[in-house]
Amino acid sequence: MSILHFAAASNIFSKAVLTSLVAGGLLAGVPLMFTALGETISERSGVLNLGLEGMMLLGAYVGFVVAYYVHSQTLGFVAGMAGGTLGGVIMVVLCVWLGLDQIVVGIAITLAGGGITSVLQGAQFGTSYPRLAAPATVSIPGLDKIPVLGPSLFNQPVLVYIGFALAGLLAWIYRKTNIGLNLRAAGEKPEALDAAGVSVVATRSWAALSTSALAGLGGAYLSIVSAGVFTPFMTQGQGYMAIVIAMLARGKPLWVVFGSFLFGISLSIATALQLAGVNISTDIVNTLPFVAIIVALLIFARRSYLPPALCLPYMRGAK
Amino acid sequence: MKLAPASDQTPAVELLDITKAFPGVLANDHISLVLRRGEVHCLLGENGAGKSTLMAILSGMQQPDSGRIRVDGQEKEIDSPRAALDLGIGTVYQHSTLIGPLTVIENLLLGDSRGLKLDFAGARRRLKEFAGMLGVEIEPDVPAQELALGRQQQVEIIKALWRGSRVLILDEPTSMLTPQAVAELHKVLERLKTSGLAIVFISHKLHEAVALGDRITVLRQGRVTGSIERERIRLSSPDELESQIVALMFGEGGEVAAAAAEVPELQMGIEGKAHRGTDTGDVALGLHRAYAPGDGSQPGIEDVSLELRLGEVLGVAGVDGNGQRALAEAISGQRPITHGEIRYLGAPVGSLSVAQRQKLGLRYVTDDRLGEGIVSALPVSVNLFLKRIGRAPYWRHGHMRSEAIDRDAEALVNRFDIRTPGVEARAGTLSGGNVQKLLLARELSFDAKVVVFHKPTYGLDLKTTRTVRSMIGELRREGAALLISTDLDELIEVCDRIAVLSRGRIVGVVDNGPGAAEQIGRMMIGDVTLGIKEAPEPEVQRA
Repeated sequence: MSILHFAAASNIFSKAVLTSLVAGGLLAGVPLMFTALGETISERSGVLNLGLEGMMLLGAYVGFVVAYYVHSQTLGFVAGMAGGTLGGVIMVVLCVWLGLDQIVVGIAITLAGGGITSVLQGAQFGTSYPRLAAPATVSIPGLDKIPVLGPSLFNQPVLVYIGFALAGLLAWIYRKTNIGLNLRAAGEKPEALDAAGVSVVATRSWAALSTSALAGLGGAYLSIVSAGVFTPFMTQGQGYMAIVIAMLARGKPLWVVFGSFLFGISLSIATALQLAGVNISTDIVNTLPFVAIIVALLIFARRSYLPPALCLPYMRGAK
Repeated sequence: MKLAPASDQTPAVELLDITKAFPGVLANDHISLVLRRGEVHCLLGENGAGKSTLMAILSGMQQPDSGRIRVDGQEKEIDSPRAALDLGIGTVYQHSTLIGPLTVIENLLLGDSRGLKLDFAGARRRLKEFAGMLGVEIEPDVPAQELALGRQQQVEIIKALWRGSRVLILDEPTSMLTPQAVAELHKVLERLKTSGLAIVFISHKLHEAVALGDRITVLRQGRVTGSIERERIRLSSPDELESQIVALMFGEGGEVAAAAAEVPELQMGIEGKAHRGTDTGDVALGLHRAYAPGDGSQPGIEDVSLELRLGEVLGVAGVDGNGQRALAEAISGQRPITHGEIRYLGAPVGSLSVAQRQKLGLRYVTDDRLGEGIVSALPVSVNLFLKRIGRAPYWRHGHMRSEAIDRDAEALVNRFDIRTPGVEARAGTLSGGNVQKLLLARELSFDAKVVVFHKPTYGLDLKTTRTVRSMIGELRREGAALLISTDLDELIEVCDRIAVLSRGRIVGVVDNGPGAAEQIGRMMIGDVTLGIKEAPEPEVQRA
């Protein structure tokens, strides 16, 4: 029924709908992109970061509060990274230094991050949810005139362009630098990295910290730009989605960008459907991202790649 | 390449009085070793003799408890692999440190932290240079896992030399190689030697040491038992050398037996007299042309025929990793046999489950004590009855009866002298020796008849070792024991006859007596077939 309805909607492919779809996909996809790019770093080094969700929430909350009181979105983003890093420090100390179970600690960080931020939000703002002003955007002259894609893709906050640049930078680091090689070795065969005279603990620590900072930045983007407001548990599983994206992209940054955008579209499709005049229950629409994940996993799970030493703590000489 | 000139008389590295203990094992006991430039120094010894530990100390993977290391005459501390590499000590580990999915060049560049950007072009040039020096050709952009094992090892050697080496350590480098690759390795080492490198070649294969070594040092149970100098190697005939080395590696055998006899006989308490053996001599356990698969790099068993008689302790000697585990598990039922037959007290048991064999009195004391032996998170009491789960009187209607378990566990703990704070203590908190006593208590009680022991005293202190050995001997009274061990002295001390397992086959059976140790030692090493008529050396291709 609804499919017929959907197809019959005359203006489903109109310019406005497509523009909103692309713009919405980007708006919802950028937090995923930062977080999933971050996950590629620690995953490569052998640390599975199930605390991403909590780190995003920490970043979202701290970022929002700073942006709200200081009236600077830039500082908000920086604070968001710091907030996420807070969770990362816990992860590094417990998992990398002390060798505790990454899954347990990750879940603990996720639960704690959600709980703490919602308590703080309640204590601070009560039931009111103050909003931030829309972010300043920078349009790229010329490119923003391209029909459909132009206005949605090339008229964005600076951070979005930075995110794309970051993806390129990470791709370069992974392929051409010592850091990239060390990360990969730490995840593939940590004892080989150790024997080569590079500290596995240091490599994994920096990787996990970078990951948490990027997850915090993703969260901050979500609260400051995408939503303009912080609400408790606003990430709604996006941290886990980021993990799936990183796995399906086999840790390749450019694929992560692409995957994040696709998941972003599925997250923001409700608006586009409304614009198109299609009336589907929001409950159904809200399940779409998760349906998308299940479908993606069914189709692509076999091509996902995880390093052999993922989740295994490394202690020299231990067997 | 920064290779030091060969003319210098100062040794490249001196290890002085190195001692290293692990819980329950003294791996290195005041070992001293001198490594000179332009020499291949062979470090020879059985598994567990302490060779690898000594080299792990030199390569910075382990820290010695005491002792000093001098490099070019200067005392140095090697507290990390990085420190070792900076001193020019490169190691080719027994287990490959190449990362399979990475290319050869990427593997070589790993840890080469000059600048941020990887210098692929420079690395290619150096690889070519090194390959020329080794006299081999190596493709730089192939993932390491796609190379043959011999080629991978050449890459590892280059990797060890990459940062400029004075010492190259090779830990059991031939264990995974085909004969052709071994020959190629020998050539490579000859070339490297002339460039002034000090090479340490760790092996348990005697003929290799004789063929390659400019100097041979033999380790046994953590101690240097002898050293053969360059001149002696040149002047002696290979046969003389070999018999001398066999004596150093395995000792005179039997010398420990006298000491062990002093230990008071332990009350064993094999319960129940139901299956009382009528007269000794009946076959308790028989394998007839049995085959069982291996796992991973471990070989299975092939065409194994053995007879264990009642009232007898039969030993199985062999270098570790020659099918011992497959043999033990095939008998215990943990591994299916693909061909052949296993008979226990005259009846075939090949198709029975582990639990059924266990119930019949066929028991197995595993060498993997912490892995499959105990559940470390469960209390000692439950571990003692782990193989009786669900059976009365300890379980009734699916319920565990703690009083019965605790009561009988107390009795076993007392009888087997298991040192534990209490039967409720977690088994994982026990020391290695007490874990072994726990396993013995479990396997030897409840009508044990024929027991397979796999390295039962490995890593145990002397007192527990003696206790365990006397328990094995006790089985003669009511049953029989199969003792699989890599410790030849132990076999000589405890067994009546000793079979030798090599590459999954029984290459011979020797009656215990004078001269047995040397005979077995030679069979174990696998290059002499003294006094064996059956079973010619099988040609096994190990990938």
